[in-house]
Amino acid sequence: MKLLIKNGHVIDPGNKIDEIMDILAEDGKISKVTRGIDVKADTVIDAADKIVMPGIVDMHVHLREPGREDKETVFSGTKAAAKGGVTSVLAMPNTLPSIDSAGVIKMLSDIIKKTANVGVFICGAITMERTGKKLTDIAALKKQGVIAISDDGNSIDSDELMWQALKEAKKEKLLVICHSEDKSLSGKGVVNLGITSTRLGLRGIPKESEYKRVARDIMLAEKSGANVHIAHVSCGESVEIIRKAKKKGVKVTAETAPHYFGLNEEDLLDYNTNMKVNPPLRTKDDVLAVREGLKDSTIDVIASDHAPHTENEKEIEFEHAEFGSTGLETELAVSVTELVSRGVLTWSELVKKISLNPANVLRIDKGTLGPGKDADIAIISADKEWVVNKVGFASKSKNSAFIGRKLKGAVEYTIYKGKVIYKA
Amino acid sequence: MTKKKTAKWFHKDLLGLEYLSKEDIELLLDTAESFREILNRKIKKVPALRGKTVVNLFYEPSTRTRVSFEVAAKRLSADVINIAVESSSVRKGETLNDTGKNIEALKADIIVVRHNCSGAANMLGRNVNISVINAGDGWHEHPTQALLDMFTLRKKTGRLEGLNVSIVGDIAHSRVARSNIWGLTKFGAKVTVCAPDILIPPGIEKMNVKITGNIDEALGEADAINVLRMQFERDDMKAFPSQLEYFKKFGITEERLKKAKKGIIVMHPGPINRGVEISSEVADGANSVILEQVTNGIAVRMAVLFWVSQAKP
Repeated sequence: MKLLIKNGHVIDPGNKIDEIMDILAEDGKISKVTRGIDVKADTVIDAADKIVMPGIVDMHVHLREPGREDKETVFSGTKAAAKGGVTSVLAMPNTLPSIDSAGVIKMLSDIIKKTANVGVFICGAITMERTGKKLTDIAALKKQGVIAISDDGNSIDSDELMWQALKEAKKEKLLVICHSEDKSLSGKGVVNLGITSTRLGLRGIPKESEYKRVARDIMLAEKSGANVHIAHVSCGESVEIIRKAKKKGVKVTAETAPHYFGLNEEDLLDYNTNMKVNPPLRTKDDVLAVREGLKDSTIDVIASDHAPHTENEKEIEFEHAEFGSTGLETELAVSVTELVSRGVLTWSELVKKISLNPANVLRIDKGTLGPGKDADIAIISADKEWVVNKVGFASKSKNSAFIGRKLKGAVEYTIYKGKVIYKA
Repeated sequence: MTKKKTAKWFHKDLLGLEYLSKEDIELLLDTAESFREILNRKIKKVPALRGKTVVNLFYEPSTRTRVSFEVAAKRLSADVINIAVESSSVRKGETLNDTGKNIEALKADIIVVRHNCSGAANMLGRNVNISVINAGDGWHEHPTQALLDMFTLRKKTGRLEGLNVSIVGDIAHSRVARSNIWGLTKFGAKVTVCAPDILIPPGIEKMNVKITGNIDEALGEADAINVLRMQFERDDMKAFPSQLEYFKKFGITEERLKKAKKGIIVMHPGPINRGVEISSEVADGANSVILEQVTNGIAVRMAVLFWVSQAKP
């Protein structure tokens, strides 16, 4: 099976390519990236005027299976991924049951094998049932194939237990992804603490609940020598703490989500529950700080934090609605609109943040288009504008914070292991 | 109508004073003025809303607001239905949106909703095509209370612009405070909020108010004070010293009023906790307009019911 992509603007920062080229894939692998490839292929795609990039590697995705198949499944979630140009996802462990034992991983692996449309990697839990009480058998999780651990949605409050986890992770050479939140400070809060919580009459979440825990997680990372990744950075203070740590040489990486550089707290003044996310949308200044962090490489990765919820859980009173927005189908376009169009990142830098860096952080062989690599490719119309519509999501859930927004940048094709899995 | 207004009303719902312009509010206050006269007549009824149905949908126990809306609707000849829902059972039962859609399907014209969750009226307004009037949602807004406060002030002083109004009490958890701030500042009144630190919500200075923790300062220049009801039983108040302590530092007493401007207007949204936030002498005294507020509340709610029922899409 041969697939030939002609005349596209190939952006592959892993191989320092940023020019018009052809790409030939054979039997699922890239075989050639050069100009003027002239061979007979089973599929030929004319990518003139389009951007050809390594498929997105989204390292923060909630596929909800097992347990909440009403929100999303591996099948529907990876369909949504394909539609969004995403060819690899890291499935977070806050499922029912949590991904905290070899048995659950085996079950999930089987589901992935049978139903996944893109590459699905598994993140295991750090503690049993993600309750922060008792460590999982981290060595056994690793053996069963998890490539990172996280209690995502929760942070381990006990410094001692977190320390043990990091030591164990270091031993097993596993990445630890931190949902950095001190719940004794965030409490029952639902929006950013300040004028917005006051205006809306809702309980606030102070930034301290995030950045104080980011600081702790980084201090423990430094001491333990484990690889630590800070998830969904939302405020300027966290960016600054990570910036300083990196300068010092701490092994820390960080991610943010499109809603933290594309939306701010003022966007939810009409109580739009799709914009109720955790951490909450912050101030305009925080949005600028997050963009600055992306620009100066303090923040390495853009990940969607795709968090599907049913309408019953979202179309209710704001304080009762679940936290989270879907994101797989909009992350690229939001990034193009809010970062590339604004001159925060170049296209090549964006591809680095959204494809190459996450692959490197996860140490998976993805995110580049070099010969011999998996032919995971996204083809994009960079200037095409579209409006996010509630109707037409591939995800089972429709809770996108970006519904109604006009975005720039549309996925035309998604190719996974040399096969076209999505065509606009 | 006594005055012919060229202004028109374009809002299907009344969700909060934040969302209204000064002209919108003026229209409501002027209309309320005409309805206020009707309340002094022998026959206190006009046919403005004949054939319309108003549903009072109350998720929180409330007597005065519910009764005030009911009287207002009946003075306008509307049919009134009261629905009281136990908010504790809300999560198990029908959703607010479903309840709203059912009321719409029953061909009601206006839903007056009181809810313990901030934003509940906004959500309901988005989800039904009939009019929604917010009768208080969580800590967010209580627009008709602020309108009746403003109506009372305007009636007493002849103006709102430049008026010094101090709001005293639990600002953090008060929808009455928020609605008053939005409404009064739109008219150029100078609003001061006065409370212990923990009851001042963060960022409120951005709503163009002055903040003080000193009651004498709040009374100093004030033309009027609005005394909020204190609820010491709520969870958030656990850190608070005591009722007695509060009364000592913030209670409105005759001695304190003596130091204030002569003729200072004392308002309270009710129900009053005598001896907690206000002394009986002040509540029943010459400066108090608390009962006038109750009467004016009917006129203001008549105006609101009238205009939302006239809304042009």
